[in-house]
Amino acid sequence: MAKVVLKLGADVSTDIIYPGRFMATVLPTETPQYAFADLEFNKKLKAKEVAPGSFIVADKNFGCGSSREQAASCLTGWGLKVIAKNFARIFMQNSINVGLNMVICPGIEASEGDELEIEGGKVVNRTSNRSFDIVPMPKARQAIIDAGGLIPFARKLVLQAKGHS
Amino acid sequence: MGMTMVEKILARATGQAAVKAGDVLEPKVDLAMSHENGALVINQFNEIYKDTGLEARVWDPARIAIIFDHRVPAESSKTATNQKKIRDFVARQGITKFHDIRGDEGGICHQILPENGYVLPGTVVVGTDSHTTSHGALGAFSFGIGATEMAAVWALGKILNVEVPGTIKVVVEGALPRGVEPKDIILHLVGKLTAEGANFKVIEFHGSTIRRMSTSGRLVICNMTVEAGATSGIVPPDAETVHYLKGEAGVKSIPPLFGPDADASYDQVIEIDASKLEPQIAFPHTVDNVKPVGAAKGIKVQQIVIGSCTNGRLDDLASAAAILQGKKVARGVRMLVFPASCRIYQKALKAGYVETFMKAGAVVMNSGCGPCLGVHQGALADGDKALATTNRNFKGRMGNPNAEVYLGSAATAAASAVTGEITDPRTVTVARAKETPKKAKAAKAKPKAARKVKAAARKPKVVKRKAAASKPKAKPVRKPAKKGRK
Repeated sequence: MAKVVLKLGADVSTDIIYPGRFMATVLPTETPQYAFADLEFNKKLKAKEVAPGSFIVADKNFGCGSSREQAASCLTGWGLKVIAKNFARIFMQNSINVGLNMVICPGIEASEGDELEIEGGKVVNRTSNRSFDIVPMPKARQAIIDAGGLIPFARKLVLQAKGHS
Repeated sequence: MGMTMVEKILARATGQAAVKAGDVLEPKVDLAMSHENGALVINQFNEIYKDTGLEARVWDPARIAIIFDHRVPAESSKTATNQKKIRDFVARQGITKFHDIRGDEGGICHQILPENGYVLPGTVVVGTDSHTTSHGALGAFSFGIGATEMAAVWALGKILNVEVPGTIKVVVEGALPRGVEPKDIILHLVGKLTAEGANFKVIEFHGSTIRRMSTSGRLVICNMTVEAGATSGIVPPDAETVHYLKGEAGVKSIPPLFGPDADASYDQVIEIDASKLEPQIAFPHTVDNVKPVGAAKGIKVQQIVIGSCTNGRLDDLASAAAILQGKKVARGVRMLVFPASCRIYQKALKAGYVETFMKAGAVVMNSGCGPCLGVHQGALADGDKALATTNRNFKGRMGNPNAEVYLGSAATAAASAVTGEITDPRTVTVARAKETPKKAKAAKAKPKAARKVKAAARKPKVVKRKAAASKPKAKPVRKPAKKGRK
């Protein structure tokens, strides 16, 4: 069980998650410092007031806009989980590739401070005692998640290709 | 059941007779493009090979393109070092389609790719940039991906997990009225679809307006399909495509063209009457917050930006120059112009547009993304409002979350520069003899000739001199400076 630490609306762009002016910083080890840089939330992160495993809850189309992978890696670095009604395509694929824990939950209702749990294909809101269905990942994408991200997944394929040649 | 344009391309790229929306495929990649974020791709690429005992070699150096545009020249030592890292990698791997910071062959990736003939109809193109959707203008299936995804493409030569997208068919009919440009069509469409209306889908463009539109205008339209969430935009290739590839991009052999099947299945069909369209403005802070220009009347602006991968092409500059000819940029307004590539810059010099801009008080910058992504070359002050021909107006986009960005066409931007407030371009005088919407006509004409005529028509004084000077039909800027495509 973990808390909702940030509640956001629809169409949260990657410019909000990771402002363009920090894009020269690329390494996943360095990007977390700029997560939501223009929101107060960034200060809470840096003050270590946010426990790893905490939830961000958003409405539709989370991560719309640019393809910058920093927008996913900056959240991974803090161990945050994102629940949204749905995600923009590139952001979703980036999240899977870099191991950001993200959940598609079209009916999600939660407020900041609510305690949530993910359990048997549902998001359970322990505060409101309601539960909401999760949309499962397509098999091919789940395989990348299970491998621990695209780098280990691709590494396996590269080694396989070598073995066959 | 027939196939859509993208279904056909993906069937070919995977060697199958037919595919349908929802299938998960691993298509071969014909072209893989990155810009400065290539630095992250390199990092991830090396990670893939870590502890494998294998040498990290890209699958095909001739199919990788790297173009510096996001921060040129480097705005910080960090960027400069990233660019250096990429330069070293390019040399080591033998990547040929590399465009460094140069005045002869540099520019914005989404202009460099088409003008050098790197994108061919019917191919699969991926890029670590969301506006990679642009290249659907040439009939390719072209879409944006992240850096780690690209690292896997560099290693494997294919892209994993492509779910065949459903397709929205958009039919645009009628002639664009004077002062209304392709940008207005796509802003209108994004407003209609909303920011997520085409998420995970492709938008396929049809209709007489699109058929008559130049490749330049088609690039504008496909470029911004991602603002409705689309995986890609695509225009079935036609005579104009061939004309552009041979004439502009120097492509010698073009693969056989194909369009969608007549009985293809679409998720949705949208019809737009271009003849009734007004200039459009996307209000802050989402691109789908679109209203006719009249709704923005009187909004004072402090910065005008003409450029970007959306609207920095020659016809955009022509359109703006025609309005600015003999006028002044209003005091208190900073007008910045970024030609989308150095080739375009040189043509704009020849046509006299640069002179027109400078005399009016605009600053003509080097080719590149400029302030669009908020890194440098024109950050906004607290409380500033900007009108830009760029593609995004998200909070903070132009470098300051306490400022506002409005989006419009080059004509709207130029008209607004003169008055200092958002202005309907149909209300200002335009220096041109014949009143024809620019991007809507070039389709069948020889572009070189057409351009000259157009330029002459609009800027009689300056161009007469230029036309005389360039009489011997040499091809000064035309010739693609790059080596052969693969």
